[in-house]
Amino acid sequence: MKANIVIIGAGISGCSIAYNLAVKGVKDVIVVEKSYLTSGSTGRCGAGIRQQWGTKMNCKLAKASIDFFETAQETLQYDGDIEFKQEGYLIIADNKEEDEQFTKNIELQKSLGIPARKITKEEAKKIVPHLNTDVILSATYCLTDGHLNPFKMTDAYYKAAKRLGVKFYFNEEVKDIIINNNKIDKVITSNMVIETEKVINAAGGYAKEIGEMVGVDIPVYAEKHEILVTEPIEKIQGPMVMSFAKNLYCQQVPHGSFIMGRSNPDALHNHDIESSWNFLDEMSKTVCEILPLIGNLRVIRQWAGSYTMSPDRQPIISDCDELIGFYLACGFSDHGFMFATMTGLILSEIILNEELTIDITDLHHNRFKHQKDFVLEKSVV
Amino acid sequence: MNKKDVIVCRCEDVTLQDIHDLLEQGYTNFEELKRILRIGMGPCQGNTCGQLVQREISKYLKVKVEDVKTQKVRPLTTGVKINYIKEGAKDES
Repeated sequence: MKANIVIIGAGISGCSIAYNLAVKGVKDVIVVEKSYLTSGSTGRCGAGIRQQWGTKMNCKLAKASIDFFETAQETLQYDGDIEFKQEGYLIIADNKEEDEQFTKNIELQKSLGIPARKITKEEAKKIVPHLNTDVILSATYCLTDGHLNPFKMTDAYYKAAKRLGVKFYFNEEVKDIIINNNKIDKVITSNMVIETEKVINAAGGYAKEIGEMVGVDIPVYAEKHEILVTEPIEKIQGPMVMSFAKNLYCQQVPHGSFIMGRSNPDALHNHDIESSWNFLDEMSKTVCEILPLIGNLRVIRQWAGSYTMSPDRQPIISDCDELIGFYLACGFSDHGFMFATMTGLILSEIILNEELTIDITDLHHNRFKHQKDFVLEKSVV
Repeated sequence: MNKKDVIVCRCEDVTLQDIHDLLEQGYTNFEELKRILRIGMGPCQGNTCGQLVQREISKYLKVKVEDVKTQKVRPLTTGVKINYIKEGAKDES
């Protein structure tokens, strides 16, 4: 079998890249996925989309992606409902340091056209009446942030890409990538041999392992993050409530259930995605402190997925200095879902040598070679 | 009986017709059906629909029912209030 381009991974990034290439007229694009559609991090994520970030690059990617989501249903001619809801993210400041950092963040966000603002405790209480404002100092709020269904959004990209001729192969694990004369020659999967000169690594938690197959060091690691969902109830909460210091995000999805998660600072760097009781205990304590009313709801399921962390917690979207024809879309460090539109668009521009919609030189894989200290994105739970 | 009137998932009101439509579209994995239809995502967590969906996939793919994977089982076994979990966590040391 021959292909112009092989994309590894059918999560939101892989599907968005496939769609963007196909819409630009690229033929013979193949997506190989070791399991099923959205089986990796995309299908396990918290379904939130936000523009309130602390670095310029993250803000720009997020804003442009949200602009697309607003009309995605029509653009992609999706027959389902992507459940896009813009009722904001309310990010609470727990201490003086956060309060000061948020003031800076808001300045940056405003300069980039993101309609976020700093609000008082009292204003926050009006937006989320069951918020315990005794434990917060202030908050930031951006109404155009919100919710998007990860399965449906990926499905919309998948179906649109398929209509444009992209071939998807599920339950096909990439076993090896053969290089000949410093060029990619073949991709070997469980059941296929695909001759190709271009490979896109959108393998999420397994991006590092794909890099190893071609001798390219990708300094990312997978880390388990847990999450839970409650029974559905009538709508009582508009925005996602988030705290970096308290380690919490919690939103009511359009279906009515509450989805919430937190990080484990002691998480190991591996592919483990089993559920733990520690998470359930800590999550319950945290949410009861900040949103006490939610304590009355029943948990019906907990699950877990991988964040793929990069050294500066920003994605790697670029070609590769060491190997011609090898492209990277990985290391999203928890926000691959909400950046997917731009990931797909910009990577397709890189591959086709077009002018870039957003200059993403800062997200090149080669930034890790010389630099050791990075400005960390602090706005991550 | 009309497939639209056969409820397979009582938690999320998913009908036999919904399942057959998606099977026809090529979604033949329980997890895919679950993610698109929410089948198995409700309070019973697939205890009611799991084997019914398994049987429908098996018939569609013409494979043995035992060769069709059902949904992944995760905690909790039954719904528990967050307040109770919080209180319970206090007593652990």
